[in-house]
Amino acid sequence: MSDLTRVVLAEDGVLLREGLSGVLARFGFTVAAAVGDGDELLAAVAAEDPELVITDIRMPPSFTDEGLRAALALRAAAPSRAVVVLSQYVQPEYAARLLDSGDGRRIGYLLKDRVVDIAEFVAALRTVVGGGTVVDPDVVRRLLQHRRDPVSELSPREREVLALLAEGHSNAAIARRLTVTEAAVGKHVGNILAKLGLPQTDDTNRRVLAVLAYLRTTR
Amino acid sequence: MPAEQPSHLLAALTSRRFLISAWPWRAAAYALTALPVLGVAALLLSPLILAWAATVSFAADGRFHLPVLVITAFLTLALGGVGTVLAAPFAALERRRLRLADPRPVEPGHRAAAGLPWLAARYGEPGAWRELLYLLLLGTVAPIVYSLLAFAAFVVAVFIVSPLLVFKDGTDLDGVADTIVLGPWQVTTPTQAIPYLLLGLALLPVLAYLTGLLAAGHAAIARRLLGRGDDAALREVARSRTRLVDAFDAERRRIERDLHDGAQHRLTSLTLQLGVARLDLPEDTPAAQALDRAHTEAKDLMVLLRDLVHGISPQTLADLGLPAALHDLADRSPLDITVTVDPGVADRYPARLENTAYFAASEALANVAKHSGATAASVRLAHQRDTLIVEVHDAGRGGADPARGTGLTGLADRVAAVGGRLLLSSPAGGPTLVRVELPCLT
Repeated sequence: MSDLTRVVLAEDGVLLREGLSGVLARFGFTVAAAVGDGDELLAAVAAEDPELVITDIRMPPSFTDEGLRAALALRAAAPSRAVVVLSQYVQPEYAARLLDSGDGRRIGYLLKDRVVDIAEFVAALRTVVGGGTVVDPDVVRRLLQHRRDPVSELSPREREVLALLAEGHSNAAIARRLTVTEAAVGKHVGNILAKLGLPQTDDTNRRVLAVLAYLRTTR
Repeated sequence: MPAEQPSHLLAALTSRRFLISAWPWRAAAYALTALPVLGVAALLLSPLILAWAATVSFAADGRFHLPVLVITAFLTLALGGVGTVLAAPFAALERRRLRLADPRPVEPGHRAAAGLPWLAARYGEPGAWRELLYLLLLGTVAPIVYSLLAFAAFVVAVFIVSPLLVFKDGTDLDGVADTIVLGPWQVTTPTQAIPYLLLGLALLPVLAYLTGLLAAGHAAIARRLLGRGDDAALREVARSRTRLVDAFDAERRRIERDLHDGAQHRLTSLTLQLGVARLDLPEDTPAAQALDRAHTEAKDLMVLLRDLVHGISPQTLADLGLPAALHDLADRSPLDITVTVDPGVADRYPARLENTAYFAASEALANVAKHSGATAASVRLAHQRDTLIVEVHDAGRGGADPARGTGLTGLADRVAAVGGRLLLSSPAGGPTLVRVELPCLT
C-alpha cells in the first residue's frame, strides 16, 4: 500500500535507530535520514521533505522533550505532515499538544515500547500516513481511569468502543474487532457522543479529537 | 519576589523598611519593659556594688580598711553561694520578655526540674552560671547604657515640645518673656523654638535606630546567655542533612540516566530484533514458538526495567513537575486514587522540594496499599503562604504507628532534612491522614 513512503527517523540510541531503520525498510518505507537529536531532525526534514517523521521525545541535549518540540515545530511549518512521536512514558498532556498542532490529522502518539510489536507498530504508521490519528491505548486507558464524570456513565461496551475510536479505528474496523455489526457500532458511537454531549459527525478523526478534547478539559 | 520577613530585631535593623515596620515599636517596648527589671537587679546588687566601689577607692588611695574588705568578701561569697538561685526568676522573666525583640524560641540552658534536683542543678550546670552572669550585667552595665538612651530620648522630647514650653511660660500676664535653655542656646519665643522642634523631629528616626540597636544588643546577649547557645550547631546539622539529601537525589538521577541510556535502550533493541526474527519464521514451527516466548519474556523484562527505573527517579517528576507526577503516581497505583491540586500550586518547585513531596506521597500511598486495607485513597497538594502541603487520606483501618516499621520514620527523617514536618492522624479504626508540610519560599 504505502510503498516507498519516505521517512525521517530521529532516535538518539544508535542500536535502536539501526533496528528501526531495518524494520522500516523491510515494510516498504524508505528511510531518507536517521538522526540523533532535535536540531538534526529539523535540518533533515528541511532537506528531505519526507512524508512521515518518526521521533523519540527524549533526546539530547537536555533529554526531556526535544523530540516533542521538534514535532510541534514541524507541524507548525507543515500542518499536514505525518508525525509519529515515541514517548518513554504515558503523558496525556503530550498527546493533547500534538493533537492541537496543525490540522489535528496524521498524528501518532505511541509509547516507545510499542515498537517491539512490529506488526502493530507498522500498522499504526500506515494509519497515520493514510490520514488517521493514533493515540496509544495506555493514554486512553489512563484518561478513562478513575473518573467521576459522564464517561463513567458509559456501559463497558461503550467504553470499549470509545477506546477503539480514540485509537483512530473506523466503525467497520471496530465492528470487526468486537465481532458485532457495523450498525451496532454506529449505535454505540451515537450513544457515546450523546452521553458526552458532543455533536455527531461522520469523520472518524473529528470524533477522536472531540473525545480527547473532552477528556482533556475534564482532567 | 517578596523579601523574606525579618525574624528578629537584629535582622530587621538591616532592612530598609525598618522604620515603617512594627520593629521600632517592639524595640521601644523591649527597652521600656527592661527598666523595671534592671532597676530591681541593680537594687539587689547595690550592696555588693557599693562594697566593691569602697574597696577600690580605698585601694586607689593606698589605704587598707579591714571591715570594708570583710564585707566585700562576704557579699562576693554570698553572691557565689545564692546568686544562681537568685538569677533563676530573672532569667525566666527575661526569656519571656525576649520574645518582644526576638520571637525565635529560646530554650533554657539547663534541665527543667523541681525541688532538690533543681537546686543541685543551679550549682552544677554551666547554664545556671551564665544566668548569673546575665544578672550581673543587668545590674551593672545595663543601667548605665539605658540611662544614656533615656537621656537621648529626653533631649529629643524637649526639642519637640520646646515651642509649647516657651508659649506656656513665655507669655505670662506680666508680659515678661521667660526663657528656656537648650544647651548653649536660649529660647524665648515660640518662633525661635521652631528650629529645635524640626531638629527634634529629624532626630526621631535616629532615636528609633538607637533604641533598636540597644534592644537588639540586649536581646542578643540575652539569647546567648539565657539560651542553650547551640542554634548555630543545629543550623549546620540541618544544612549538612540537606546536602546529603541533594547528593542522594543527584545519585539517583545519575543511576536512572545510566540505566535508561544503557540497559533499557539495549533491551528495547534486542526485543525489536527478536520481533524481526519472528517475522521470518513460519508459524507452527518449534523455533517460532521458542522465539515467541523469548519475545514475550523480553517484553515483560522491558516493563520490569521501566518500572524499576521509574522507581529510582521518576522521569515524569523531573520533566513535568509535581502535579503531573502525582497524577502519574495515582494512575500507577493499584488503588483508586483521587488527586486534588489546589489553586495556587505551581507546576515547578525546586528539585529538592519536588523530590521530597513526591517521595512522601509515594511512601504514604505504599503504606495505604500495604497496611490500611482501604481500596481507595486521596492525595491533596496545596500551597499556603510559604508552605507546600501534601496530604494523603484513606478510610482504612487506621492505627498507623511510627514506632512500628520504618516507613513512617524514614519519611519523617526525609521530610525533616528539608526543614519540613510530618503530621499523622491515625486512630484505630481509621481514617488515616498523613500530612507533610514543606517550607518553600517562592
